[in-house]
Amino acid sequence: MLLQGFGPLIASGTWMTIKLALLSMLASVLIGLVGASSKLSGSRLLRGLATGYTTLIRSVPDLVIMLLLFYSLQMLLNQATEWAGVEQIDIDPFLAGVVTLGFIYGAYFTETFRGAFQAVPRGQLEAAVAYGMKPWQVFRRVLFPQMMRFALPGIGNNWQVMIKATALVSIIGLSDIVKATQDAGKSSMQLFYFCVVGGLIYLAITTVSNGALLWLERRYSVGVRKAAL
Amino acid sequence: MNEILQQYWQAYLWSDGYHLSGVAMTLWLLVASIGIGFVLAVPLAVARVSPNPLIRGPVWFYTYVFRGTPLYIQLLVFYTGIYSIESVRAQPLLDAFFREGINCTLLAFALNTCAYTVEIFAGAIRATPYGEIEAARAYGMSSFTLYRRVILPSALRRALPYYSNEVILMLHSTTLAFTATVPDILKVARDVNSATYASFEAFGIAGALYAVIVFALVWLFRRGEQRWLAFLKPQAH
Repeated sequence: MLLQGFGPLIASGTWMTIKLALLSMLASVLIGLVGASSKLSGSRLLRGLATGYTTLIRSVPDLVIMLLLFYSLQMLLNQATEWAGVEQIDIDPFLAGVVTLGFIYGAYFTETFRGAFQAVPRGQLEAAVAYGMKPWQVFRRVLFPQMMRFALPGIGNNWQVMIKATALVSIIGLSDIVKATQDAGKSSMQLFYFCVVGGLIYLAITTVSNGALLWLERRYSVGVRKAAL
Repeated sequence: MNEILQQYWQAYLWSDGYHLSGVAMTLWLLVASIGIGFVLAVPLAVARVSPNPLIRGPVWFYTYVFRGTPLYIQLLVFYTGIYSIESVRAQPLLDAFFREGINCTLLAFALNTCAYTVEIFAGAIRATPYGEIEAARAYGMSSFTLYRRVILPSALRRALPYYSNEVILMLHSTTLAFTATVPDILKVARDVNSATYASFEAFGIAGALYAVIVFALVWLFRRGEQRWLAFLKPQAH
């Protein structure tokens, strides 16, 4: 057949990539919200920490951070297990991938959300406070829904970059699309063909997510008036 | 930490004794791929905004494919994929080219950054104020002169902030070169890691070197923007 019996292997690799991307997306959005709130908070300590975090992460390549965290966390863990006298625990590459991708892209999401939070008119927040809403209610009812509209283009961009960054996780041993297609190519001696298959799967994923993002952007800008040019 | 620095500082910076390595290799990868990418991107960006779909279409397809797939896959296609084809190895010239990891790496990097750069430049060209183009046409400029004198000088300047982002992302992407056995900073760090098991120090030094390069690039581009984008600054009264 077309995939020469490697269909299930490649399908499970694709599922792995999608799972990894979605979970790291969730992690980095949460980190991004926390990071943006600290960057905009009154506390100088929180602001400094968040600025240090985003500056550091965005200036060091993601692959370096990934390898650094993967190897050093494993060593720390080994020391801890040795000290406690229990058996060695190996870090699961999937978990390591989610943690490192979430940590790295959390910095990019911090910047995206910071800009979006600042784009919501101040008067709206003041009006909400004047109505007697608690800070959490202001966030949930007024700030968050409007912030999302400004953040969507940035979120879409980060998502596309992150999907492509998941390919790096095969370097620390995860059986994702890259690993699956490489294995299939090596055992069938048709490396070129299977490399292209891997590329096409990524292309399909990015094309579908592009469509989804367009739909979301249209949905979140319902009720926004545009001047006719 | 000190021992690692004493033993490996030369490998981290410019040479492992036989070849270019570390920072020198990373910078060479960056400069070569950005240079080739830029030279190809300018004409391709002009083609990308062409009203003729037969010219616009293929360039759109190229950027769509190269921006829609991970650079790692592209590198694998060029490095392991193409070389596994019989007919490529049978051709002496192609065989010599694709056998070397550095050639495949540069090819993949240049084509990848070129695709992103084309879209950045095309966006800037589209954003050129129509009045400038109409005025140039009214002066009787040919299309070539119009691009050379009016559109490109202003579009390339306006693209500078986005282009600087792309250059920094490209620096981050050069870390993939080690998968094609090119001895860049990360390859040296991995060798140090497997020789000493001091992972944190080995990769930490690499991370610090990359951060220094990024800060230098940011500084350079800020200087460039001050010089070439002075006309876009908020007016002081």
